[in-house]
Amino acid sequence: MAIEIPRIELGDWIESGLNYLTTNYSGVTRGISAVTQTGINGLNDLLMWIPEWGLMGLIALLCWRAAGIRLGIGAILGLALIWNLDLWDPMIESLTLVVIATLVAVVIAIPVGIAAALSERLYRVIMPVLDFMQTMPAFVYLIPAIPFFGIGSVSAIFATVIFSMPPAIRFTTLGIRQVPKDLIEAADAFGSTPSQKLFKVQLPLSLPTVMAGINQTIMLALSMVVIAAMIGADGLGNEVWRAIQRLRPGDGFEAGIAVVILAMLLDRLTQSFRKTRKS
Amino acid sequence: MSETRPVKIQVRGLSKVFGNQPKKALELRDQGQKRPEILEQTGQTLGLSNIDFDVYEGELLVIMGLSGSGKSTLIRCLNRLIDTTEGEIIIDGENIPTLSTKELLECRRRHFSMVFQNFALFPHRTVQQNAEYGLEIRGVDKAERTETARNALKQVGLDGWEDALPSQLSGGMQQRVGLARALANDSSVLLMDEAFSALDPLIRKDMQQELLELQHRMKKTTVFITHDLDEALNIGDRIILLKDGEIVQIGTPEQILTAPADEYVERFIEGVDMSRILTARHAMRPVRATAREDDGPRTALRKMSENGLDSIYVTSRDRKLVGLIDADSADKAVKEGQQSIQSLIHQNFRSVAPDEPLHNLFAMFSDKSFPIAVVDEERRLLGVVVKGAVLAELAEAGDN
Ligand SMILES: Nc1ncnc2c1ncn2[C@@H]1O[C@H](COP(=O)(O)OP(=O)(O)OP(=O)(O)O)[C@@H](O)[C@H]1O
Ligand SMILES: [Mg+2]
Repeated sequence: MAIEIPRIELGDWIESGLNYLTTNYSGVTRGISAVTQTGINGLNDLLMWIPEWGLMGLIALLCWRAAGIRLGIGAILGLALIWNLDLWDPMIESLTLVVIATLVAVVIAIPVGIAAALSERLYRVIMPVLDFMQTMPAFVYLIPAIPFFGIGSVSAIFATVIFSMPPAIRFTTLGIRQVPKDLIEAADAFGSTPSQKLFKVQLPLSLPTVMAGINQTIMLALSMVVIAAMIGADGLGNEVWRAIQRLRPGDGFEAGIAVVILAMLLDRLTQSFRKTRKS
Repeated sequence: MSETRPVKIQVRGLSKVFGNQPKKALELRDQGQKRPEILEQTGQTLGLSNIDFDVYEGELLVIMGLSGSGKSTLIRCLNRLIDTTEGEIIIDGENIPTLSTKELLECRRRHFSMVFQNFALFPHRTVQQNAEYGLEIRGVDKAERTETARNALKQVGLDGWEDALPSQLSGGMQQRVGLARALANDSSVLLMDEAFSALDPLIRKDMQQELLELQHRMKKTTVFITHDLDEALNIGDRIILLKDGEIVQIGTPEQILTAPADEYVERFIEGVDMSRILTARHAMRPVRATAREDDGPRTALRKMSENGLDSIYVTSRDRKLVGLIDADSADKAVKEGQQSIQSLIHQNFRSVAPDEPLHNLFAMFSDKSFPIAVVDEERRLLGVVVKGAVLAELAEAGDN
């Protein structure tokens, strides 16, 4: 006689949990949604308002000052290509989403990372959660985003923040834990309070590591923002998505190349911040 | 004599167990078990056991012992970087192990500053900012702390380096920054954990000398840790010998050398026999300054203060030794308006030939002793021997 093992209705439970949240906290989610949307629109309008050549110049200048003349020239060439391919507006939309998602992710991640570094118990709770967040396939996060925030950019930001946050937390924790023990002792020996120790010793010394984490967060945010086209986020991902639906591989590749250019610029730029801090 | 000196820190019955069952470890200790047995039976390390000692106001106390003897643990219990398991540590009436977190912060700020073996400078702060650290966290205002830190840096010979980063300095200079950071804080006790052990031997000797001079000038109560006998004998007013977390002997360098408490101490100071082979010539140092018979008291006094001396030998024109005068009497003579030092010269000192065995010199140092004069057959002054030098020479010879 076969033993019937009842199926565990994990999916059902998660769904009813989500339902409960959406119906009972709709005020909260609507509030978040409104604030986020305002931020997105504001930044997007600002970046669109600057003429293409002007923004190109600004970005190139920033790249030059931060990382040298080669990146400056690279920025001009890359951005000019995007402009030429008529992908400027989607590029700006993607950039906006990346910037906002990264800001939110970092604002949450750094305090959490600090807390996890200072409390052994919190560390043991948070690390497996981060593993879970990172191993979950990226677009699974899109699903709960929709009932909370509907189709569109706010959902994209929500999913992106969750997906891109772990490295910033992890590296912040790592950076603080890596501060040599004798420096902590020195700070203690002179009678530093915990917050003096944090702001005068631990954080400054972990800054290069924190910056490495932020760099990774930006890269993950960019990849997620592209995927988020599936739930109606504007930007380069949307171009790729449309090309797929219309079976136009050429258009798809053009948008793909624009993503690569944006990724390289963001990567080099944040890495250069990291290096200048370190030296 | 030492018993009457004012006590700065009083340590009584101090024990430290590393591990999660300290009670069990201490029970075994009370039954007479030693560190290795306790570790074997309970997995607990008896870091310190029943430590009693006083630190006198203004003295330089050296804690010496082999690696693992508990030196670092002991010094860290004093400012509670390590929590004690039992016992009292009383400084100015406060018992450190029972202070609240807030009181402890206050106590560390007021009483302790520390110099570390590997310097522990903050790499992201300049030399100046490092020296300011203690004042900064106490909320001393910018102008005052800049000034104080600058003075401290000057004291250790680092003026001009304020804006450098620690990584741009040599090891010796980095430790000067460490010392300046501690001095700037103007706490009442200076804790130094193997502060010179990471330095080259020559630089190390220099730093010892400078510490002695600083200490002489500032009379700062100092607890200095080392595993090196030369260093201990050279700088210590008193020495505490630790072994396996227990005190084996407390005493002045002479007491430790002449009356070692047990075999362990004896093995530490095996070099003492060398005193029969070494002579005054080995321990002799050049005379930094001498006075002339026809100098006035004012000149003699200036020569002393310029060279950091408490007394000065008087020589005739052909460098023959005439006698000795003290700073006190010269000072008095200046005030009384005397013109000549002739009346101040006394013979209240010892002089020896260069081939005098060191162990004979040893007995000549009384408590308040002048340097011994080393003279040739014609009584020309060749050099002087100071107390620390005899001990250091012996210790060094013992090592080789
Ligand atoms: N946190 C700790 N946990 C467990 N055991 C410790 C701890 N710290 C020190 N010990 C042990 O306590 C004993 C004394 O250590 P301590 O560091 O005080 O020695 P030390 O005299 O400073 O030696 P060294 O010259 O090597 O610095 C050693 O046996 C050491 O292994
Ligand atoms: Mg040690």
